[in-house]
Amino acid sequence: MTTSSTSPKTGTASEATPTTGRGWFFGLGDQWNSLPRPQQWAWLVPVVVLIYALPLLNPPLLTTEPGTNFPLALFDVARFALIAIGLNVVVGQAGLLDLGYVGFFAIGSYVAALLTSPDSVLWHIPYLWTLPLAMAVTMVFGLILGAPTLRLRGDYLAIVTLGFGEIVRLLATIVEPLKGQVGFQSVGHPPGTNSEGNAIFAVSNGTPWYWLCVTITIIVLFLVGNLERSRVGRAWVAIREDEDAAEIMGVATIRFKLWAFVIGAAIGGLSGALFAGQIGFVNNQKFDVPTSVLFLAAVVLGGSGNKVGVILGAFVVSYIPNRFVELAAYKYLIFGVALIVLMIFRPQGLLGARQRLLAYGRQAYLRIVGKPEQLSSDSSLKGEGDRIS
Amino acid sequence: MARARRIAAVASGAVLAVVLAGCAANQGASTDSGAASASADIPAVTTLPVPPDAQKPAGNGQATCSGVSIAFAGAQSGGNAQLGINILNGVQLAINQHNQANPNCQVTLKKFDTEGDPGKAPGIVTQVTSDSDIIGVVGLPFSGESKATGAIFEQAGLVHLTPSATNPTLTQNGWTTFFRALGNDNVQGPAAAKFITGKLGAKKVCVIQDDSDYGIGLANATNQALGAVAADCQDKVTTGQKDFSAVASKVIAAKPDAVFYSGYYAEGAPLDQQLVTKGFTGKFVGPDGVKDDKFIQQAGDASNNAFFTCPCVPGELLPDFASAYQGVSGGSAPGTYSLEGYDSTTILLRGIDSGIKDRAALKDYVKNYDADGFSKHFKWDSTGELATTAVYGYKVDNGKIVYIGTIG
Amino acid sequence: MPVISTIVLAQGPDWIQFDVEAFVSQFWSNTIDGLAYGSIYALVAMGYTMVYGVLQLINFAHSEVFIVGAYAVFFVLSALGFGPSAPNLSVAALVGDLVLAMLVAMLVSGLVAVALERVAYRPLRRRNAPRLAFLITAIGASFAIQYALFAWRGANPEPAVIMFRPKPVFEIFGATIDSQQLVIFGAAIVLMIITDMFVNRTRLGRGLRAVAQDPDTATLMGVNKERVIVLTFLIGGILAGAAALFYVMKVPAGVQFNGGFILGIKAFAAAVLGGIGNIRGALLGGLLLGVIGNYGQTLLGNAQWTDVVAFVVLVGILMIRPTGILGESLGRARV
Repeated sequence: MTTSSTSPKTGTASEATPTTGRGWFFGLGDQWNSLPRPQQWAWLVPVVVLIYALPLLNPPLLTTEPGTNFPLALFDVARFALIAIGLNVVVGQAGLLDLGYVGFFAIGSYVAALLTSPDSVLWHIPYLWTLPLAMAVTMVFGLILGAPTLRLRGDYLAIVTLGFGEIVRLLATIVEPLKGQVGFQSVGHPPGTNSEGNAIFAVSNGTPWYWLCVTITIIVLFLVGNLERSRVGRAWVAIREDEDAAEIMGVATIRFKLWAFVIGAAIGGLSGALFAGQIGFVNNQKFDVPTSVLFLAAVVLGGSGNKVGVILGAFVVSYIPNRFVELAAYKYLIFGVALIVLMIFRPQGLLGARQRLLAYGRQAYLRIVGKPEQLSSDSSLKGEGDRIS
Repeated sequence: MARARRIAAVASGAVLAVVLAGCAANQGASTDSGAASASADIPAVTTLPVPPDAQKPAGNGQATCSGVSIAFAGAQSGGNAQLGINILNGVQLAINQHNQANPNCQVTLKKFDTEGDPGKAPGIVTQVTSDSDIIGVVGLPFSGESKATGAIFEQAGLVHLTPSATNPTLTQNGWTTFFRALGNDNVQGPAAAKFITGKLGAKKVCVIQDDSDYGIGLANATNQALGAVAADCQDKVTTGQKDFSAVASKVIAAKPDAVFYSGYYAEGAPLDQQLVTKGFTGKFVGPDGVKDDKFIQQAGDASNNAFFTCPCVPGELLPDFASAYQGVSGGSAPGTYSLEGYDSTTILLRGIDSGIKDRAALKDYVKNYDADGFSKHFKWDSTGELATTAVYGYKVDNGKIVYIGTIG
Repeated sequence: MPVISTIVLAQGPDWIQFDVEAFVSQFWSNTIDGLAYGSIYALVAMGYTMVYGVLQLINFAHSEVFIVGAYAVFFVLSALGFGPSAPNLSVAALVGDLVLAMLVAMLVSGLVAVALERVAYRPLRRRNAPRLAFLITAIGASFAIQYALFAWRGANPEPAVIMFRPKPVFEIFGATIDSQQLVIFGAAIVLMIITDMFVNRTRLGRGLRAVAQDPDTATLMGVNKERVIVLTFLIGGILAGAAALFYVMKVPAGVQFNGGFILGIKAFAAAVLGGIGNIRGALLGGLLLGVIGNYGQTLLGNAQWTDVVAFVVLVGILMIRPTGILGESLGRARV
């Protein structure tokens, strides 16, 4: 991967020298980047079709069977992808380390369970309504948690969010109406039955759930992508690269950090509600710190700040343990080591975030310079930030 | 640096020495009363009557079948693996004995690892139900994962016998494919209460529960049966908790004759150890989740005050079963629920031997089953609960768990 | 939030109650036990606070440095014949065995801490990586060590090693103080005083404070920064090793692959509470947190609240007064 630094202050000499050369996949990346957006979309159509067709194709080498049902494993990948995209807004875009992301995921699950499960004493609403509601509730929690803590240094935020995630999990145990490990059974699902009268969105039927989750993921990708290209996105990049400079240049850093935090929380809540619907059962298990770290691993592994990268990361983190069952017991060990190795040798992840011209800028660049813009492969983990001396 | 470390070691050694010297004088004086004598009251039982016509997996050796499988779904890895492995070995033993005796009916055992995780189990169970060779399942071992997957079995019409999930609500979902091969917590709780106030003669009891589905349900059932005896001494602990000093203070302040811990040995063992360390001299009673050799390992000599209740039969007292089991398990003795797994498999095998080839017929077969197994008599009511169940008592004696007879 | 409050209103708050009576009656026994447990937190918190003071790095893997020490204690004591029953040894032999176990644990934990610095953090410092990268590395290291222990020893705790049976020594306000609590508290205080003296009185300690205050100037003044950093990790590891002995003494069946995790977070909370980077702050924070946790669970009715209380203290202090009670400083005069 070619790296050309945008910052004159970056560490070693080789990084600091702007190099020209081929982009990723032997120049394919350059070509891709020089395409206008409508053409990029046109090229994406067959990819998306393929993604939708995966559970029906059940390709021999890719399949997770006979260990785990393939459509359900795919749903798990899609769920992780959605989570990774949400966490990426917080970690990758705004450069805030959130170790309690699973807390928002848990809150989303509980919103769905409390409002649809017959075990809950609350009034009940149709399942699909819980998705926006879960987002709204987690946004409120994100605001409550973020407002006082985002003033703090980055590593303090990490610990506060870690504490928050644990408090959510522990309260789910202690607060009796949340039913602890007993949990909520028969959480709702989207309406519709097939010809035999069975629910389409049954627990065992992964395909419709996968399609639903992929559709939501694409919508979220689209929204988050637009946000990144907006003023908000530019503010995030500015904060991530140098918070002080951004502040001096008039970026309301705390407000935009809060935006990132709250949007990330909302996506976490959404994925939690989807998870609750698919599993059909919510209890206090699996909302623990290791799960949170697994989410973080997905983002860092794929390349924080790069949407395609984090989806790839989510795929690795979710798919590998399902595909290679004998590795499942060691997944935390493997991903723990992976985090250390990545930070040392490839902090930008498999696919790093790219500094690039936004919107029409790249076409202008192509016209004027006559070749695609040179992209740097950078991320909040590699670029300028506050440092340890 | 080396100097600092040396000073540190010497200094803390000095503190150790001063304090220990102060208390060494009365060492050994107070160890023989209280806890140690408690377990001597109830004698151990060393034989277990086997029903004379208990069904064996081997059958008559004349069965013919082909292409049918039985699945075991449960934890084989992860933190809760031991219980799953105990059961799996029992299942494997039954299948081996059957296939050896019936050359014309080779039943395949397919194993699926759920890690005991309610989040992971649905994907696995869906895979089990989509394999049309599988016509019967032993599992799932835990209540949480059983809740998450019961509907999938029901939809597929696939009969499954749980050898260990004891949550009472499992049979209240209208599932026709779910059968429980042992008594549920509503049976064990009252039996434990009767045992504590009756045979152990406790006048005041503390009930401590963990945060698991199992612990909460069992504590409720036990509390109901205990009534006023335990009314003003209750506490709750969390899974993974290690320090129980505040719980111990509370218990000691309440001066109970017995503590009933409703949970698993991982917390029960350090709790008992810290209770005894703090000066608790009463009896410690735990359910099937606590009854494990690991309890004794981790509670140390504090475990001499411990009694257990369990709907499980002591498989180790059946010599034939125990020695055959060791051939499968690689030397370890039958554990909690090994015999239940063995019996459950036997029931499914009997059905297959009778010529059944499909799921619907096997479900009906189990539903109408009425025969003795090694552990108990198997006949289910319409919800999938056993018609008659028993609870068995155990105690710790000289660092070993020994059987003390039926308690309810 | 509206959802939660509605549930509470609908059900009545029967899951939360204030047991003031128990709180009062068990006040002193809770205080004493809290102090004993708190001194273990304090020893572990020292590792967090010193590394933070020198590097501004939250060494997330310090909890695993601690639990590795606990494994060392377990293996040494098992080899010496300790087991689930209290041994019948003379006081001298017992003290000798325990000191040996402590020294081995200190050595093992110290080496692990230094190795961690070498393998994981030093390459990042060379690369001048951002703070976030250090934290992610630390989390990765924490998980790698935890699950390596899991792969090696399995999920179950190791069998108990009981060092001695605690005997009541004296009573205060009706609460018994036993030998175990006294040993833990006393030895921890002694170790903390030695560390404090080392940092304040010795040449190496002066270098350490200099690097904490201003690494660049310290380097110019002839302080070997790399050596100071290694020394910091080593001292933190050694104290964690000592803490491991007292932890196993108090919780004989607590040697488990993830046994350090929650304790580590609590110790970090203690460090923050006292003022991270401040050695005396770590002691104060540790003792306070130990006591608060015990009070909290008695007052709120059951033991499930202990961890919640600790986390609420952590989140609260970071939100309201992130510099802690004594203020954060290793370099400043306060230390």
